[in-house]
Amino acid sequence: MAALTKDLGIATAPPTPPARRRKRSFAAWRWVILLIAGVYFLLPLAAALRFAGLSAFGGVFTTPGFGSSLWLSVKLAAVTWLITMVLMIPTTVYIHLRLPQLRRLLEGITILPIVIPPVVLIVGVLQVMPLALRSSVWLLAIEYVVLTMPFAYRALDAGLRAIDVKTLTEASGSLGAGWLTTLWRVILPNLRTGLLSATILIVALVLGEFTMASLDLQQTFPVWIVLFDQTNAQISVAASIFALVVTWVVLMLITVVSTRQSRRGGGGEVTLFSVAPRETIGN
Amino acid sequence: MTADTTDTVTAPEPRAGSGVRRFRSPLRPVMRALPAPLRHLARYAGVAPFLAYIAVFLLVPLIAIVIGAFQTDNGAFTWSNLNTALHGAYLEGYEQSLEVSAITSIIPGVFGLLIAYAIFTARGRAASWLRQVVITASGVFANFGGVPLAFLFIASFGSSALVTGWLGDAGLNIYDWGFNLYTMSGISLVYMYFQIPLMVLIILPALEGIRPAWREAAQNLGAGSWQFWRFVGGPVLLPSFMSCLMLLFGSALAAYATAEALTSGTIPLTSIQIGTFLNGNVEAGQEHVGQALSFGMVIIIAVLMSFYVLFQRRSAKWLR
Repeated sequence: MAALTKDLGIATAPPTPPARRRKRSFAAWRWVILLIAGVYFLLPLAAALRFAGLSAFGGVFTTPGFGSSLWLSVKLAAVTWLITMVLMIPTTVYIHLRLPQLRRLLEGITILPIVIPPVVLIVGVLQVMPLALRSSVWLLAIEYVVLTMPFAYRALDAGLRAIDVKTLTEASGSLGAGWLTTLWRVILPNLRTGLLSATILIVALVLGEFTMASLDLQQTFPVWIVLFDQTNAQISVAASIFALVVTWVVLMLITVVSTRQSRRGGGGEVTLFSVAPRETIGN
Repeated sequence: MTADTTDTVTAPEPRAGSGVRRFRSPLRPVMRALPAPLRHLARYAGVAPFLAYIAVFLLVPLIAIVIGAFQTDNGAFTWSNLNTALHGAYLEGYEQSLEVSAITSIIPGVFGLLIAYAIFTARGRAASWLRQVVITASGVFANFGGVPLAFLFIASFGSSALVTGWLGDAGLNIYDWGFNLYTMSGISLVYMYFQIPLMVLIILPALEGIRPAWREAAQNLGAGSWQFWRFVGGPVLLPSFMSCLMLLFGSALAAYATAEALTSGTIPLTSIQIGTFLNGNVEAGQEHVGQALSFGMVIIIAVLMSFYVLFQRRSAKWLR
């Protein structure tokens, strides 16, 4: 019944769990698991921060090579982002609308870069690509598109699953919109959250990718961090923690803001890769 | 019909009636002119650019490696590269890689599942906030690796670092117990830092696929929490869990930057050995051995992915 009302677009209040269950829901085992995870993930961060010292953060920005390597990484991230969006948005939308039976296949293909070692991929790429491409920095951007695919596809797919693409396109079609108008003015604005998550994940990956960049002999930000580490370890630690925390904070902001918007519209909670159903199983 | 993960009861799908214009493809006139079987094929043209990109920038390089693995410098066919890659230090590399991958897929797999389950079933005021913190953190940490990650652990678990010192003060000298950050035990500990978040991200959709209706049905039949997971939830989740383990295994196998940064390339892992061929630290005429090593990796990955597809197909029966 709940799904019926949901499909019809009627907002229902989230079910309030009985008091007994709420008490049980934050059971001890949950705290133990989260505590262990918290210690494992935060302790090394704290130790590295203590090692670097807060004063190192100021020194990061004035260090030689910082600007040029960061600029190269930012350019690569921008180009990677552009290619990914142009390639993935039409593909995922098309799959959702016309070929839903291919969704599993696409999921399988896009997961491949997680298991294919970048070191293996770059061996092959440097071997087969034409010289013009091999000597260009943009080769990295092209391959980064492949590397970011698992995350970009999942973010976009989750975004599309959260909206009723079919009804939206039919509605915009009956109002006389062409396919480009529909994509640009109806689907993209509705995909905002998915697009933002995908963007941040792409940026995070490109700003942190070391393997391909170093083997392709390009001095991107992560490669610079390693080279610089030989002279001043503290500053490179500070730089990497800085990048990590900034990415995390931005991602948090995106999900918090979009959840607030979604709730206002009667929707569910928005997370990075999925939109949680409003009713979930208990423990 | 959106792929909703809530209930089995669904509203009838709205059909495009005479007054409703469906989504118009820009190629519509062309499509109409085609004969029916071709028109059917032409529907797949929409995914062609994507598939072409994958083919050129992912598949072709891999194929080139496979071919190169069987070639001499003159381009003639040979088994000798493969023979070299399967003996001595390289064989040991494969063994160590598989061992590290097994450890760093099973432990993070179980622990990641527990975290995902903990945040997924959390209720109450803080639950939504908790989910968002954990999921965004997972997105960031799953992509974290290389030198920065190595630093984090050198600063905390190095032989004279912070945490090691604390543990030593408490009478637990981990280095006396055979732990060493720069060998396999250390590498395994470090790899979990990105493996656990990755598991959280990939197992969550499967957890979301377990429908509340099943839970309710089981409860109506008198099942408790344990019985539900033993006879319904667990069996439904198991294929997904296994396919996630395959991915984690592959991810650990693929990792290069972290081990390279931590050990300066001295640890005998296959990915590191492949890297040394690219760094030009080997004598000329040896690069085909690097390709043979890569070919070995491709074979392992192919086996992994076959299992992945198998498990996915099983899980697709229940989870959509």
